[in-house]
Amino acid sequence: MDELYREYILDHYKNPRNFGELEPHDVECFDRNPLCGDEMGVHIRLEGDRIADLRFHGQGCAISQASASIISDELKGKTVGEVAGLDRNFVTEELGLELSPTRLKCGLLGLKVVQGALLGTDEWPTGTPDDEPAAEDVARLRSEI
Amino acid sequence: METVASTALRRSLDEIRADFPVLARRINGRSLVYVDNGATSQKPAGVIDAISSYYRTSNANIHRSMHELATEATELYEGARARVAGFIGAHADEIVFVRNATEAINLVRYTWAREQVGTGDTVVVTRMEHHSNIVPWQLLCEERGASIAYVELDSEGRLDLDSLSALLDEGRVKLVAVAHVSNVLGTINPVAEVARRAHAAGAKVLIDGAQALPQLPVDVGATDADFYAFTGHKMLGPTGIGVLWGRRRLLEQMPPFLGGGSMIKAVEDDFSTWAPIPAKFEAGTPAIAEAVGLGVAVDYLSDLGMAAVRAHERELTEYALARLGTVDGLTTYGPEDADERGGLVSFTIDGIHPHDLAELCNRDAVCIRAGHHCAQPLMRHLGVPATARASFSVYNGRDDVDRLIEALENAKRVFGV
Repeated sequence: MDELYREYILDHYKNPRNFGELEPHDVECFDRNPLCGDEMGVHIRLEGDRIADLRFHGQGCAISQASASIISDELKGKTVGEVAGLDRNFVTEELGLELSPTRLKCGLLGLKVVQGALLGTDEWPTGTPDDEPAAEDVARLRSEI
Repeated sequence: METVASTALRRSLDEIRADFPVLARRINGRSLVYVDNGATSQKPAGVIDAISSYYRTSNANIHRSMHELATEATELYEGARARVAGFIGAHADEIVFVRNATEAINLVRYTWAREQVGTGDTVVVTRMEHHSNIVPWQLLCEERGASIAYVELDSEGRLDLDSLSALLDEGRVKLVAVAHVSNVLGTINPVAEVARRAHAAGAKVLIDGAQALPQLPVDVGATDADFYAFTGHKMLGPTGIGVLWGRRRLLEQMPPFLGGGSMIKAVEDDFSTWAPIPAKFEAGTPAIAEAVGLGVAVDYLSDLGMAAVRAHERELTEYALARLGTVDGLTTYGPEDADERGGLVSFTIDGIHPHDLAELCNRDAVCIRAGHHCAQPLMRHLGVPATARASFSVYNGRDDVDRLIEALENAKRVFGV
């Protein structure tokens, strides 16, 4: 059984929940992961400061599309303030696995556009490492040379 | 696994593979299959050793000091230039060392093109260009009030030369910038015919040879180009060294690129005069060790013989196209005839995104590239967000293609397609 491409992930990739257009909607955001070209947009309808409904749309790898699908139901009913507090762990816990540095941004793109739509931010969710490798990774690679 | 020898190369693949230390690595418990040569090639021990040896025995700055080491370093650097020149049928003073093909193209943008392209003029590129041969021209056009136009492609990913002629007939084309070999489609473009038509219309021609130099015999005179750009790291050489070839008369007329040491004849208080070509374009201390490494890479390819390398790549590509054709749901891009393509194949598989394909191939120690390949206008034309790509070098054989097919079948099983 493949750890990353489990049935749960592949099911959300092939049959994504809450995908499509949402009309009318109150806020929206679209972004892409420049490294690999994954694309993700979101339409959100608000009731007060709560997410009443949302729809993702996009194209990309299984991780990017499945992550958005998997977090979509959890996001409904959350307030803007609650969404602002969501970080990398929210996504990886919902996914049920840790993502390698090269796939982390794939997994976080859905949350990024939701925060972008609600907060006007253009930042990756908290806990996203920089593209620079961690010091311990550099040390490990050096020791292998 | 039994190694199937290439019939084109005189040396056995086992022998050639032994020259490339990294190929001894194992990934996830399996022998490495490196078919991402379009991104960068691996380096033979001779290249790696030459760089190490340069620093261990001859390191000094070139063209300056009078001591023994400086003389050696200068001879090694200029010797590399002479070998590169011989490799492409050029004169050594027409070889400008730069960082990579991107810098070579940008050099032309900042020097020749800034003087020659004006308001209302057109720069022609093709729909299959790498971003490195699009973005510099977009920036130039924005700066100069010129416009950029695209040569379109036919259904197999070949240049539509009628669309080139139609653009040239409009009369304001100053430059045609075209890839010799497409990094996505593999198409070998008829660059001499492109140059003939462009010159008849009074335009100059720049060829991006980044994918051509590693696998085709290239004679810049025969291409009839005015500028030819390529990079070292895709042709078994190190990163950080690339080449701009230009016609001597043009290089002499062009203003300098970067200002600084080495590129001057004399520096007065208010102005300077320029060194002869190619020094005029090589400001500052260059990548000496990398140039030395590139010289050795050129020797390695020359020893194999570029006609043999081309035959090997053609044979392998034909085999890859045939094997990939047996995979259900797989689409390949580019010309169907291996005679018209270089050693790479881009493909997609229904129901699996290329990034997932690349990740799953890696589980089987097969290194491929996935993404837009720095060719977003081409991706839009093909109607795909990304493709997967296998690209070959001198050390790849049919066994590597077989491992790729096995990895793709494994990926299909994981995704249930």
